[in-house]
Amino acid sequence: MPSFKVNVIIENKPEIVDPEGDTIFNDLILKDKKTTIKKVRSAKMLRFVIDAKSKESAEKTVLDTCNEFRIYNPLVSKVSVETLKV
Amino acid sequence: MKVAVIVFPGSNCDRDMHHVLTDVFHLDSQLVWHTDELPKNIDAIVLPGGFSYGDRLRAGVIAAHSPVIKDVKKMAERGMPVLGVCNGFQILVESGLLPGALLKNTSLNFMCKWTEIIVKNNKTPFTNKFKLDQRIPIAIANGEGRYYADDVTLKSLKKNNQIVFTYAEDVNGASLGIAGICNKAGNVVGMMPHPERSAEQIINPKNAKPASLIFESLLSTLGVMA
Repeated sequence: MPSFKVNVIIENKPEIVDPEGDTIFNDLILKDKKTTIKKVRSAKMLRFVIDAKSKESAEKTVLDTCNEFRIYNPLVSKVSVETLKV
Repeated sequence: MKVAVIVFPGSNCDRDMHHVLTDVFHLDSQLVWHTDELPKNIDAIVLPGGFSYGDRLRAGVIAAHSPVIKDVKKMAERGMPVLGVCNGFQILVESGLLPGALLKNTSLNFMCKWTEIIVKNNKTPFTNKFKLDQRIPIAIANGEGRYYADDVTLKSLKKNNQIVFTYAEDVNGASLGIAGICNKAGNVVGMMPHPERSAEQIINPKNAKPASLIFESLLSTLGVMA
Protein backbone atom coordinates (compact mmCIF):
# COMPACT_ATOMS: atom_id res chain seq x y z
CA MET A 1 0.00 0.00 0.00
CA PRO A 2 1.46 3.40 -0.88
CA SER A 3 2.30 6.01 1.74
CA PHE A 4 1.17 9.63 1.62
CA LYS A 5 2.15 12.78 3.42
CA VAL A 6 -0.99 14.72 4.24
CA ASN A 7 -0.32 18.28 5.39
CA VAL A 8 -3.23 19.65 7.39
CA ILE A 9 -3.25 23.43 7.56
CA ILE A 10 -5.32 24.87 10.38
CA GLU A 11 -6.07 28.56 10.18
CA ASN A 12 -8.52 30.74 11.99
CA LYS A 13 -11.56 31.92 10.06
CA PRO A 14 -11.24 35.36 8.46
CA GLU A 15 -13.39 37.07 11.07
CA ILE A 16 -11.07 35.97 13.89
CA VAL A 17 -8.47 38.54 14.92
CA ASP A 18 -4.97 37.21 14.15
CA PRO A 19 -2.51 39.24 16.27
CA GLU A 20 0.45 37.04 15.23
CA GLY A 21 -0.19 37.53 11.52
CA ASP A 22 -0.87 41.23 12.05
CA THR A 23 2.40 41.67 13.95
CA ILE A 24 4.41 39.90 11.25
CA PHE A 25 2.71 42.02 8.60
CA ASN A 26 2.83 45.41 10.32
CA ASP A 27 6.07 45.21 12.26
CA LEU A 28 8.23 43.17 9.90
CA ILE A 29 7.03 43.17 6.33
CA LEU A 30 5.59 46.67 6.01
CA LYS A 31 8.56 48.15 7.86
CA ASP A 32 10.74 46.75 5.09
CA LYS A 33 8.43 48.48 2.58
CA LYS A 34 7.27 45.23 0.92
CA THR A 35 4.13 47.02 -0.16
CA THR A 36 3.00 44.43 -2.68
CA ILE A 37 2.27 42.05 0.21
CA LYS A 38 -1.22 42.87 1.37
CA LYS A 39 -1.91 40.54 4.28
CA VAL A 40 -0.40 37.83 6.46
CA ARG A 41 -2.40 35.22 8.33
CA SER A 42 -0.77 32.78 10.74
CA ALA A 43 -1.66 29.08 10.69
CA LYS A 44 -0.56 25.75 12.11
CA MET A 45 0.51 22.85 9.91
CA LEU A 46 0.42 19.20 10.97
CA ARG A 47 1.97 16.54 8.71
CA PHE A 48 0.40 13.10 8.83
CA VAL A 49 2.21 10.16 7.20
CA ILE A 50 -0.34 7.51 6.32
CA ASP A 51 -0.62 4.25 4.36
CA ALA A 52 -3.67 4.34 2.11
CA LYS A 53 -5.02 2.92 -1.14
CA SER A 54 -5.30 6.34 -2.76
CA LYS A 55 -4.77 10.04 -2.21
CA GLU A 56 -8.50 10.50 -1.66
CA SER A 57 -8.60 7.71 0.90
CA ALA A 58 -5.59 9.19 2.73
CA GLU A 59 -7.19 12.63 2.89
CA LYS A 60 -10.53 11.24 4.06
CA THR A 61 -8.91 9.23 6.85
CA VAL A 62 -6.88 12.21 8.01
CA LEU A 63 -9.81 14.62 7.93
CA ASP A 64 -12.06 12.13 9.73
CA THR A 65 -9.34 11.79 12.37
CA CYS A 66 -9.07 15.57 12.70
CA ASN A 67 -12.81 15.78 13.27
CA GLU A 68 -12.93 12.82 15.66
CA PHE A 69 -10.19 14.21 17.91
CA ARG A 70 -11.18 17.84 17.49
CA ILE A 71 -7.73 18.63 16.08
CA TYR A 72 -9.23 21.97 15.10
CA ASN A 73 -12.07 23.89 16.69
CA PRO A 74 -14.69 24.23 13.92
CA LEU A 75 -16.12 27.33 15.58
CA VAL A 76 -13.00 29.35 14.99
CA SER A 77 -10.82 27.43 12.53
CA LYS A 78 -10.94 25.90 9.06
CA VAL A 79 -8.68 23.23 7.62
CA SER A 80 -7.25 22.53 4.21
CA VAL A 81 -5.09 19.63 3.10
CA GLU A 82 -2.19 19.17 0.74
CA THR A 83 -1.24 15.58 -0.08
CA LEU A 84 1.97 14.18 -1.51
CA LYS A 85 2.81 10.58 -2.35
CA VAL A 86 5.91 9.47 -0.42
CA MET B 1 -19.48 16.83 51.14
CA LYS B 2 -16.78 15.69 48.76
CA VAL B 3 -15.27 17.62 45.86
CA ALA B 4 -13.13 15.94 43.20
CA VAL B 5 -10.23 18.01 41.85
CA ILE B 6 -9.13 16.45 38.56
CA VAL B 7 -5.39 16.32 37.92
CA PHE B 8 -3.99 16.14 34.40
CA PRO B 9 -0.35 15.90 33.32
CA GLY B 10 0.65 19.56 33.50
CA SER B 11 -1.97 20.76 35.97
CA ASN B 12 -0.28 23.16 38.38
CA CYS B 13 -3.13 24.73 40.34
CA ASP B 14 -4.54 21.44 41.62
CA ARG B 15 -2.82 21.69 45.02
CA ASP B 16 -3.85 25.33 45.45
CA MET B 17 -7.45 24.39 44.72
CA HIS B 18 -7.27 21.40 47.05
CA HIS B 19 -5.82 23.63 49.79
CA VAL B 20 -8.54 26.26 49.46
CA LEU B 21 -11.34 23.71 49.38
CA THR B 22 -9.93 21.72 52.29
CA ASP B 23 -8.15 24.17 54.57
CA VAL B 24 -10.15 27.35 53.97
CA PHE B 25 -13.66 26.08 53.26
CA HIS B 26 -13.41 22.74 55.11
CA LEU B 27 -14.74 20.60 52.27
CA ASP B 28 -13.55 17.03 51.78
CA SER B 29 -11.49 17.50 48.63
CA GLN B 30 -9.91 14.62 46.74
CA LEU B 31 -7.34 14.81 43.95
CA VAL B 32 -8.32 12.48 41.08
CA TRP B 33 -5.83 11.47 38.40
CA HIS B 34 -7.14 11.88 34.86
CA THR B 35 -6.99 8.17 34.02
CA ASP B 36 -8.94 7.14 37.12
CA GLU B 37 -12.69 6.91 37.47
CA LEU B 38 -14.45 9.55 39.51
CA PRO B 39 -15.15 8.45 43.08
CA LYS B 40 -18.78 7.42 43.49
CA ASN B 41 -19.65 9.66 46.44
CA ILE B 42 -18.66 13.09 45.12
CA ASP B 43 -20.90 16.15 45.18
CA ALA B 44 -18.97 18.54 42.92
CA ILE B 45 -16.09 18.55 40.45
CA VAL B 46 -13.33 21.10 39.88
CA LEU B 47 -11.01 21.18 36.88
CA PRO B 48 -8.05 23.28 38.02
CA GLY B 49 -5.69 25.52 36.11
CA GLY B 50 -2.32 24.72 34.62
CA PHE B 51 -0.87 23.62 31.33
CA SER B 52 -2.25 20.17 30.65
CA TYR B 53 -0.06 18.41 28.08
CA GLY B 54 1.98 21.59 27.79
CA ASP B 55 -0.85 23.28 25.87
CA ARG B 56 0.20 21.15 22.88
CA LEU B 57 -2.05 21.55 19.84
CA ARG B 58 -4.41 23.88 21.70
CA ALA B 59 -4.86 24.57 25.39
CA GLY B 60 -7.09 21.90 26.90
CA VAL B 61 -7.84 19.86 23.80
CA ILE B 62 -5.77 16.77 24.65
CA ALA B 63 -6.95 16.69 28.26
CA ALA B 64 -10.52 16.89 26.94
CA HIS B 65 -10.02 13.36 25.59
CA SER B 66 -8.95 11.98 28.99
CA PRO B 67 -10.89 8.97 30.33
CA VAL B 68 -12.17 10.93 33.35
CA ILE B 69 -13.90 13.48 31.12
CA LYS B 70 -16.51 10.87 30.16
CA ASP B 71 -17.42 10.64 33.84
CA VAL B 72 -17.38 14.43 34.19
CA LYS B 73 -19.83 14.68 31.28
CA LYS B 74 -22.15 12.13 32.87
CA MET B 75 -22.12 13.97 36.20
CA ALA B 76 -22.64 17.31 34.46
CA GLU B 77 -25.69 15.93 32.65
CA ARG B 78 -27.08 14.84 36.02
CA GLY B 79 -26.77 18.40 37.31
CA MET B 80 -23.66 18.09 39.48
CA PRO B 81 -21.82 21.42 39.98
CA VAL B 82 -18.69 21.51 37.81
CA LEU B 83 -16.20 24.37 37.91
CA GLY B 84 -13.37 24.80 35.41
CA VAL B 85 -10.72 27.41 36.20
CA CYS B 86 -8.31 28.69 33.54
CA ASN B 87 -7.00 25.51 31.91
CA GLY B 88 -10.02 23.80 33.42
CA PHE B 89 -12.25 26.25 31.52
CA GLN B 90 -10.31 25.51 28.35
CA ILE B 91 -10.85 21.76 28.91
CA LEU B 92 -14.59 22.28 29.45
CA VAL B 93 -14.79 24.19 26.17
CA GLU B 94 -12.72 21.65 24.26
CA SER B 95 -14.79 18.77 25.63
CA GLY B 96 -17.98 20.43 24.39
CA LEU B 97 -19.41 20.99 27.88
CA LEU B 98 -19.28 24.73 27.26
CA PRO B 99 -19.58 26.60 23.95
CA GLY B 100 -17.02 28.85 22.27
CA ALA B 101 -13.24 28.88 22.13
CA LEU B 102 -10.32 30.31 24.06
CA LEU B 103 -7.78 31.96 21.80
CA LYS B 104 -4.40 33.57 22.37
CA ASN B 105 -4.64 36.92 24.13
CA THR B 106 -4.52 39.81 21.68
CA SER B 107 -1.22 40.88 23.26
CA LEU B 108 0.18 37.40 22.44
CA ASN B 109 1.66 37.59 25.93
CA PHE B 110 1.12 35.45 28.95
CA MET B 111 -0.61 37.78 31.39
CA CYS B 112 -0.37 37.48 35.15
CA LYS B 113 -1.97 40.26 37.15
CA TRP B 114 -4.83 41.37 39.36
CA THR B 115 -7.99 42.52 37.73
CA GLU B 116 -11.69 42.84 38.51
CA ILE B 117 -14.56 40.82 37.15
CA ILE B 118 -18.27 41.56 37.40
CA VAL B 119 -20.95 39.01 38.27
CA LYS B 120 -23.56 38.83 35.53
CA ASN B 121 -25.37 35.67 36.60
CA ASN B 122 -25.90 34.99 40.30
CA LYS B 123 -28.00 31.87 39.83
CA THR B 124 -25.22 29.31 39.37
CA PRO B 125 -23.87 26.97 42.08
CA PHE B 126 -20.73 29.13 42.17
CA THR B 127 -22.31 32.60 42.19
CA ASN B 128 -25.50 32.34 44.25
CA LYS B 129 -23.99 34.30 47.17
CA PHE B 130 -23.26 37.37 44.99
CA LYS B 131 -25.33 40.36 44.13
CA LEU B 132 -25.73 41.06 40.42
CA ASP B 133 -22.97 43.33 39.10
CA GLN B 134 -20.88 42.75 42.22
CA ARG B 135 -17.17 43.21 41.51
CA ILE B 136 -14.53 40.63 42.39
CA PRO B 137 -10.83 41.52 42.71
CA ILE B 138 -9.17 38.42 41.29
CA ALA B 139 -5.95 37.04 39.83
CA ILE B 140 -5.64 36.18 36.15
CA ALA B 141 -2.80 34.19 34.63
CA ASN B 142 -3.07 32.86 31.10
CA GLY B 143 -1.78 33.03 27.54
CA GLU B 144 -4.84 31.61 25.78
CA GLY B 145 -7.63 33.28 27.69
CA ARG B 146 -9.39 35.36 25.07
CA TYR B 147 -12.91 33.98 25.03
CA TYR B 148 -14.37 33.93 21.54
CA ALA B 149 -17.76 32.94 20.22
CA ASP B 150 -19.51 33.80 16.97
CA ASP B 151 -22.48 36.14 16.91
CA VAL B 152 -25.03 33.34 16.98
CA THR B 153 -23.40 31.75 20.02
CA LEU B 154 -23.06 35.10 21.81
CA LYS B 155 -26.72 35.83 21.20
CA SER B 156 -27.60 32.43 22.62
CA LEU B 157 -25.35 32.99 25.67
CA LYS B 158 -27.08 36.29 26.39
CA LYS B 159 -30.57 34.91 25.83
CA ASN B 160 -29.98 31.96 28.16
CA ASN B 161 -28.20 34.00 30.85
CA GLN B 162 -25.00 31.99 30.35
CA ILE B 163 -22.58 34.89 30.74
CA VAL B 164 -21.47 34.52 34.36
CA PHE B 165 -18.54 36.95 34.64
CA THR B 166 -17.24 39.84 32.53
CA TYR B 167 -14.02 41.78 32.95
CA ALA B 168 -14.29 45.29 34.35
CA GLU B 169 -11.55 46.32 31.88
CA ASP B 170 -10.48 44.94 28.50
CA VAL B 171 -7.64 42.60 29.49
CA ASN B 172 -7.35 40.33 26.48
CA GLY B 173 -9.87 41.18 23.74
CA ALA B 174 -12.49 38.63 24.83
CA SER B 175 -15.86 38.72 23.07
CA LEU B 176 -18.20 40.94 25.12
CA GLY B 177 -15.43 41.02 27.75
CA ILE B 178 -16.41 37.55 28.86
CA ALA B 179 -14.40 36.08 31.74
CA GLY B 180 -16.67 33.15 32.51
CA ILE B 181 -19.73 31.34 31.21
CA CYS B 182 -22.00 28.47 32.16
CA ASN B 183 -23.94 25.79 30.31
CA LYS B 184 -27.68 26.23 29.68
CA ALA B 185 -28.56 24.34 32.87
CA GLY B 186 -26.19 26.58 34.84
CA ASN B 187 -24.40 23.79 36.75
CA VAL B 188 -21.22 23.81 34.63
CA VAL B 189 -19.22 27.03 35.02
CA GLY B 190 -15.92 27.91 33.36
CA MET B 191 -13.84 30.98 34.22
CA MET B 192 -10.38 32.18 33.23
CA PRO B 193 -9.53 34.05 36.49
CA HIS B 194 -8.28 32.12 39.54
CA PRO B 195 -10.56 32.21 42.59
CA GLU B 196 -8.28 29.77 44.42
CA ARG B 197 -5.49 32.37 44.26
CA SER B 198 -7.77 35.15 45.44
CA ALA B 199 -9.95 33.82 48.24
CA GLU B 200 -7.54 34.28 51.15
CA GLN B 201 -6.69 37.74 52.45
CA ILE B 202 -3.07 36.77 53.08
CA ILE B 203 -2.45 36.38 49.31
CA ASN B 204 -4.95 38.92 47.97
CA PRO B 205 -3.61 42.50 48.07
CA LYS B 206 -7.14 43.86 47.58
CA ASN B 207 -10.24 42.25 49.07
CA ALA B 208 -10.47 38.46 49.29
CA LYS B 209 -14.08 38.35 50.46
CA PRO B 210 -15.73 38.59 47.02
CA ALA B 211 -13.61 35.77 45.54
CA SER B 212 -14.32 33.64 48.60
CA LEU B 213 -18.04 33.93 47.79
CA ILE B 214 -17.43 31.65 44.78
CA PHE B 215 -16.61 28.86 47.23
CA GLU B 216 -19.26 29.94 49.73
CA SER B 217 -21.78 29.72 46.91
CA LEU B 218 -20.74 26.10 46.39
CA LEU B 219 -21.07 25.47 50.14
CA SER B 220 -24.55 26.94 50.01
CA THR B 221 -25.44 24.81 46.97
CA LEU B 222 -24.24 21.68 48.74
CA GLY B 223 -26.23 22.59 51.83
CA VAL B 224 -23.18 23.08 54.04
CA MET B 225 -24.03 26.70 54.83
CA ALA B 226 -27.09 28.87 54.44
